Amino acid sequence: MKLYKFVIEFLQIAILLGIAPAFTGWVRMLKCWSQGRTSAGLFQPYRDIVKLFSKDVLLADNASWIFRFTPYLVFGTAVLAGGIIPMLSLELPIASTADVIVLVALFAIARFFTALAGMDIGTAFGGMGSSREMTIASLAEPAMLMAIFTVSLASKSTSLSEMVHVIYSGQSILRPSLAFALFAFILIALAETGRIPVDNPATHLELTMIHEAMILEYSGRHLALIEWANMMKLFLFVMLGAAVFAPWGIAQTGDLAAIFAAFLIMLLKLATVGIVLVIIETGLAKMRIFRMTEFLGSAFLLATLGMLSFFILE
Amino acid sequence: MTVTPIGIVSSAILLLFLSVLLASLLKNRQSLLINVSFIMASVSSLLGIAGGVWAVGGAFTIKLILPLGLPDLPFHLRIDPLAGFFITVICLLSFFVSVYSIGYIKGYLGRRPVTRLVIFYNLFLAGMLMVVLADDALFFLISWEVMAAASYFLVMFEDERIENRRAAFLYMIVAHVGAIAILLSFGVMAGLATGFESFNGYTFDAMREAQLPLSWATAAFLLAFFGFAAKAGVVPLHVWLPEAHPVAPSNVSALMSGVMLKTAIYGMVRVTFDLIGTYPWWWGAIVLILGLISAVLGVLYALMQNDLKRLLAYSSVENVGIILIGIGASMIFTSFQMPLLAALALIAGLYHTMNHAMFKGLLFMGAGSVLHATNERNMEQMGGLIHRMPWTAALFLIGCVSISALPPFNGFVSEWLMFQAFLLSPALPSPLLKLLIPLGAALLALTGALAAACFVKAFGVTFLGHWRGHHMPRVHEANWPMRTGMILAALTCLVLGVLPTFFIDWMDIIPEQLVGTKISASSGVYGWLWLAPVARERASYSGTIVFIGILLVVVAVYLILHVKPGAIHRAPIWDCGFGKLNQRMQYSATAFSMPLRRIFGFLFIIRERVKLSPRGLYTAVPKRLNYYLRVRDRSWGWLYRPIVEFSFWVSRQVGRLQQGRIQAYLIYSFITIIVLLVLSK
Repeated sequence: MKLYKFVIEFLQIAILLGIAPAFTGWVRMLKCWSQGRTSAGLFQPYRDIVKLFSKDVLLADNASWIFRFTPYLVFGTAVLAGGIIPMLSLELPIASTADVIVLVALFAIARFFTALAGMDIGTAFGGMGSSREMTIASLAEPAMLMAIFTVSLASKSTSLSEMVHVIYSGQSILRPSLAFALFAFILIALAETGRIPVDNPATHLELTMIHEAMILEYSGRHLALIEWANMMKLFLFVMLGAAVFAPWGIAQTGDLAAIFAAFLIMLLKLATVGIVLVIIETGLAKMRIFRMTEFLGSAFLLATLGMLSFFILE
Repeated sequence: MTVTPIGIVSSAILLLFLSVLLASLLKNRQSLLINVSFIMASVSSLLGIAGGVWAVGGAFTIKLILPLGLPDLPFHLRIDPLAGFFITVICLLSFFVSVYSIGYIKGYLGRRPVTRLVIFYNLFLAGMLMVVLADDALFFLISWEVMAAASYFLVMFEDERIENRRAAFLYMIVAHVGAIAILLSFGVMAGLATGFESFNGYTFDAMREAQLPLSWATAAFLLAFFGFAAKAGVVPLHVWLPEAHPVAPSNVSALMSGVMLKTAIYGMVRVTFDLIGTYPWWWGAIVLILGLISAVLGVLYALMQNDLKRLLAYSSVENVGIILIGIGASMIFTSFQMPLLAALALIAGLYHTMNHAMFKGLLFMGAGSVLHATNERNMEQMGGLIHRMPWTAALFLIGCVSISALPPFNGFVSEWLMFQAFLLSPALPSPLLKLLIPLGAALLALTGALAAACFVKAFGVTFLGHWRGHHMPRVHEANWPMRTGMILAALTCLVLGVLPTFFIDWMDIIPEQLVGTKISASSGVYGWLWLAPVARERASYSGTIVFIGILLVVVAVYLILHVKPGAIHRAPIWDCGFGKLNQRMQYSATAFSMPLRRIFGFLFIIRERVKLSPRGLYTAVPKRLNYYLRVRDRSWGWLYRPIVEFSFWVSRQVGRLQQGRIQAYLIYSFITIIVLLVLSK
């Protein structure tokens, strides 16, 4: 039985590794369609990753070990995060090693090293990207924690499996605090995963890029790892949001049929989130960087309102 | 005579005094002096660690009365788990720093005599240990002054620079204003304990037994809190800290930031939890709110700094704030009779005390190595040091990761514990507090995220990229004693982060004695790998597995990708086909913090000026551009300037008495005698 749980754990990580590029492909495909362009297909991200893996690495002369270590670390934290968030089943053996605060910190450590790698070469772009990324993160991270804390106040736990479990047992459906928290979470997820209106994942235009600026000097397998980890991050944020705010479908028991059903429901959720994401991204323009304060400030305010309404109304 | 923890710690103190005496004998043989004194300091620190660990582990409370001091007022010494914990923290860091100093102080050889530095270094260590051991007000204050005076002379060590003298003077003033407040606080408690006619109230035992009326207890608490806050650098009493800590030699900065501030934390915990004992919730709220303000403002000020050591000093303000958040929350929970939560918050605060000592000590030692190698404190001149100083860079990076509260290092554990304490606040009966505490959690999260930004800047600008100055000096890696000191501190950071349950089980006796319960009961069931302070369903964290997990994936991916040897080509940076990139085109420290400076600019006084000098007719292509930026603390303007002006005004008024004529002075004396005669009947 213990072994079986580990099998599910590995299955989940395999799904993360395997489906994350397809999800990114799905979003890109929808975006192309919505803008009247022909898309490169659902599987283009896989082809990109394979292509990058087969290329040689071109390193700047003064790149230090931090620059070479970062891609592996970023990839590693994403994989570990995939083992913590319940996507298919609640019975995850390594879920108890880390709660939701650790999860946020895992994303933070990946960001910390990416920002350092951006400064490693000593180009103006890298430093600019690092500076902006850390600025946005330092506003987004507290808002993210506040949104999640609102949910964990309702479920009296910060352990993700436990949070899902409590929501399942019907104690915290239709709470106003959760609505605020969800809205805040969506805003933050857009910022954290570098989507429009905060950052534009598709651009390499100097003045608008944030995340891309930091990884501009990467090539070959390093770039492949970072790109892949980035797709996983987007996927994980969707999964995190799904687990915290709409956990229906995640298997509570370990039997195979339930897990298969959970998998199908997960795909459905991903497809829906992809559509919503594309509507948001097509409908909005990218913001100026100093408008970000208002954007993230309102996310923070919403999360705080969620927490206040928890104390006042519930 | 049997060996007791207090005996071991006392012998450590005696050894330090012995080393002070020896230093004056060896002053003509500087190199030998350095080796002997710092080896003696290391040995006495090891003794102190042994005594401290044993005192906490064995839950000892041992008293000792020394027939020293004034007649009828002997010195009382006492070791209990709380004191033992702080002795362990102090001695752990002082051991690392003493090993480091063997190498670091050698850098002064041939430049200036170091006898004074060595003597006051040992006195300073002895003073800190004595403060923690003291069990009466007299001995406490004497030790406090030994510590303050010794550190004053250490700050003054390079006294040919005017900013060092000014910083030391400012430090002296704030330290003494604080000391007076502490003296008055002890006076209130002692006086009410046994009446103002008797002297016997000066022992801490008498103060523990006294039942103070609330008004007097509040007065005593506020005075003590003010005094200790001045020493700990709580906003707005922090202004001396970023002046004094950077100008001291780096090993001393490490000790001052790492552990001297902790003696003030010790004083606060001792006075509130132990001596006064019971208190209303709003005392805790004061501590909590000031802690939050210090944490957020401290890290924002740190972000604005371009001087590496000033940045670290401001970040100490932040971390003291975080510790106070834990202690304040614990006080609130205690006053509402919620011992489990109080224990959790107190453990979080104390654990952060230990963590901060380790990583701040490490970072100051790293900054010291950089200073030693480059003679540069300004980050705008630095860069690319990771290639010349790989050891220092890697160790400084561990410090940065730890202080930014990232797993699996130690800073994260204390922050995690603090979040857990905050998330249990719905149990509080007061609606006002229910709101205050979650907002506190938000500000704590903001602090952590800003600290990460701050230390990306500190590490990135100092160690990465290219050297930013005009001429790169001949940079050398830190020597072995320095490296050893830093390696030990870095390892401690990792161990404290990966195996927190051992340390928390060890120190669990402190909340048991101070707030009446311990927390490990629940985490023990779940095994030592998992930290689950409240309940297993509530939250759990395993630093070990996170560490191993990340390591495994990183190694596995690395190996998989290197099955087939892929080539790595080195090439110059791609400059987009324009001219050659130079080091002045890198992002600078000022530029890095620009977005946050703009967002949080209202908290500072910012003066920014750009001057363009046109090149003849071509106004579009300026000849040179001068950029001037000054970021200042607001507290100078609204708090310190009025006080300074007021004291000058009072001095001028009093100065009118000074006539310069002997007749006038005789009249003053005459009037004084008459007044005294009338008053004493």
